[in-house]
Amino acid sequence: MNQYTAVFLDESREHLQAVNDHILKLEKEPHELALIEEIFRSAHTLKGMAATMEFADIASLTHQMENVLDSIRRGQLAVSTEIIDSLFLATEALEEMVEAIGAGQDGKKDVTALVGRLEQLEAGEDGPGASQSDGEQEQPALDELQTAMAAEAEKEGFFPYQITVTLSDDCVMKPVRAYMVSQAAGELGELIKTVPAAEELEAGTFDASFILFLLSQATVEEIHDAVSGVSEVMQVEVIPLKLTDKAANEENSQEETAATQVEEEAPAGQSATRKSKTIRVSLERIDDLMNLFEELVIDRSRLEELARLSGNNDLEETVEHVSRVSSEMQEIILQMRMMPVEQVFNRFPRMVRGLARELEKEIELDIAGAETEMDRTVIEEVGDPLVHLIRNSVDHGIEAPAERLQAGKPEKGKLSLRAYHSGNHVMIEIEDDGAGINRNKVESKAVENGLITTEQAQDLADEDVYKLLFSAGFSTADEVSDISGRGVGLDVVRNKIESLGGIISVASAPGKGSKFSIQLPLTLSILSALLVKVRDETYAVPLTSIVETILLEEASIMDVHGRKMMDYRDTVIPLVALREVFDVPGSSPEQKSQPVVVVQKGEKRTGLVVDSFIGQQEVVLKSLGSYLGDVFAISGATILGDGQVALIIDANALMN
Amino acid sequence: MEGISKYIVFQMNHQTYGADVRQILSIEKVQEITEVPRTAGFIKGVINLRGDTTPIIDLKERFRLGKLEQTEATRILIVHIADIRVGLMVDSATDVIDVDAELIEQAPEIIGGIRDTFIKGVAKQEDGLLILLNLEAVLDLNETNELRKFTKEQQTGGQDSGNDIGNR
Repeated sequence: MNQYTAVFLDESREHLQAVNDHILKLEKEPHELALIEEIFRSAHTLKGMAATMEFADIASLTHQMENVLDSIRRGQLAVSTEIIDSLFLATEALEEMVEAIGAGQDGKKDVTALVGRLEQLEAGEDGPGASQSDGEQEQPALDELQTAMAAEAEKEGFFPYQITVTLSDDCVMKPVRAYMVSQAAGELGELIKTVPAAEELEAGTFDASFILFLLSQATVEEIHDAVSGVSEVMQVEVIPLKLTDKAANEENSQEETAATQVEEEAPAGQSATRKSKTIRVSLERIDDLMNLFEELVIDRSRLEELARLSGNNDLEETVEHVSRVSSEMQEIILQMRMMPVEQVFNRFPRMVRGLARELEKEIELDIAGAETEMDRTVIEEVGDPLVHLIRNSVDHGIEAPAERLQAGKPEKGKLSLRAYHSGNHVMIEIEDDGAGINRNKVESKAVENGLITTEQAQDLADEDVYKLLFSAGFSTADEVSDISGRGVGLDVVRNKIESLGGIISVASAPGKGSKFSIQLPLTLSILSALLVKVRDETYAVPLTSIVETILLEEASIMDVHGRKMMDYRDTVIPLVALREVFDVPGSSPEQKSQPVVVVQKGEKRTGLVVDSFIGQQEVVLKSLGSYLGDVFAISGATILGDGQVALIIDANALMN
Repeated sequence: MEGISKYIVFQMNHQTYGADVRQILSIEKVQEITEVPRTAGFIKGVINLRGDTTPIIDLKERFRLGKLEQTEATRILIVHIADIRVGLMVDSATDVIDVDAELIEQAPEIIGGIRDTFIKGVAKQEDGLLILLNLEAVLDLNETNELRKFTKEQQTGGQDSGNDIGNR
């Protein structure tokens, strides 16, 4: 993929997300023309980029989207559910195409049906011949909305300018120059209008000159310099515009709209200035940096070991300093890999909307803490489980409107999605105010599936019954629905979360709703572990799963029905000898007391019998590679200071 | 020139084999291997290859040609195909040669005790036959060097059965 494609993909995704968000808002506030402007702008940028990159289908679809949006902002078309739906469909198609390009395909897609649908919509209230979108060319002035925008912006210190640009006669790339001029001007402020329309500028169907209307804080000279910096620009004329009284009067009627617009503009302006302090770095580079750093961490432990052995004070001090500095570096690099969960949450509003419509339910999705940051790898993996849980809540949790009314609840169901930091973890919660989990149903299903007996069921606390939901092959939906009953149950979700080192739990109150909570580690790649020796092999046990280490007297090992057990703080817990489970070659030393690592998962505890403890160390988690796939009770490997590979034990797997 | 490819020449049980040089990252001497419990017998474990863990296969055991005895000559060919990186342990690796595609013939069904699935072709050389291996098949855990026994699929079915190599 060349760098242009990469930039195209990045920006397209951003714009599509923006379109998405704004359409959602537009549905709630159909009269908010500022939103239309936003969508229009994104669609327009997309079209421009796609046309430059020669992705014709994206360009033609965005073009038709623009036409519809244009009709709306001219007041020729009112926002309707159908329009929203069609815009969503178009956005989805665009996303597909962009992703296809990302996957190395040509991004072609048959969009004629969608374009047709949009054309119909555009024509719908307008009748034929409505596409006179550039009819006002003879009068290069601002329309009401634009004037209102300008008037509001003026209060914020943004002044309207009319910039007339003439390109040199022999200019062979008029569209490109026009684009560059627009970009240059756009960097100084907000382009609110061009004459001829931007489409024509891009197509190059204009004479040598064109006019831009810009809202900017810059001075005439600054604008002049910026624009005439573009090659093949022959003449630039910048005139500050005076807003007419007429506009000022009309502005009153539009006060509200315009005010919100400026609110929208201001942050955009800020982020534009903030942008200068950040740079785009490809993920690949950050990953490379992380990989290099991981090697450094390995060498660091090697150095520490050598320095200790050498007994050279100066060396030890230096190494200690290196260690401190690299710890701080580690922190910074890990932060660089952090991304806001927004990346995942983004897709949910549209998904919930779609599901709700499909199921004829009314649902309000409330998202909080989207800015919470997590490691990129975790974010990439956590999306699917969340989709599953949300579908679950929408399908099984929230009731149909009629049912809700009967239960004395508001017709509209509420689904909350929350993320927040808690210590070294990130919590994600999905809460609905639906019917809650039906204990009896879960019970009978569990009995039916042979998970528990009827007697056991009676003794179980509610919480324990709910936990059964996460058992393999469990689904309480009476019918397999298209939404969540796809034959995979919550056990898949649980497995995924656990493979990320996380924990999932559920709480529920009948008639009030349920809440799924997911606890995830902040990062996956570097972890603190206890190194233990088993015969000739060294293993690493993540500290997060360790409760305690104990030297256990041989005599206090109990034999219960052939299983070795031990007494741990007044409860009897099973013992697992790693040398047996892993069939480690070699022989173990004879010793009076056995070193035991007590590990915990939820309420469950198990003692892992090892030969000796080596010590605690930061280790870098390396995958065993796709070739080996999932290996029982091993979550990965790490490289020790002496270059040896040590396997990292997945204590969870040893507890079953 | 098009028809000529470079092959790494290596030996197992005194037979000479070739592996396309474009699929080989490097050739390594044997270093300490960390065993990975509960994996197939021919998977000897993982090594630290310049900071990355790489699984090691005993190629003789993979083909059921016996077990490799480690000697000074033992080498590990680091194969890189698609996302997968694996080391293949062989008796020795001696040479890199040019093989003209026109001289490559189709392999008989079984040659040197190896099924044709694993073989890309056979090239006649002055000093005997060079068996060119199909490394994709070698890395494909669903391929075995005997008539495939179909084991019952797990009822869950959706799991990537290609990936779990006798882990249970």
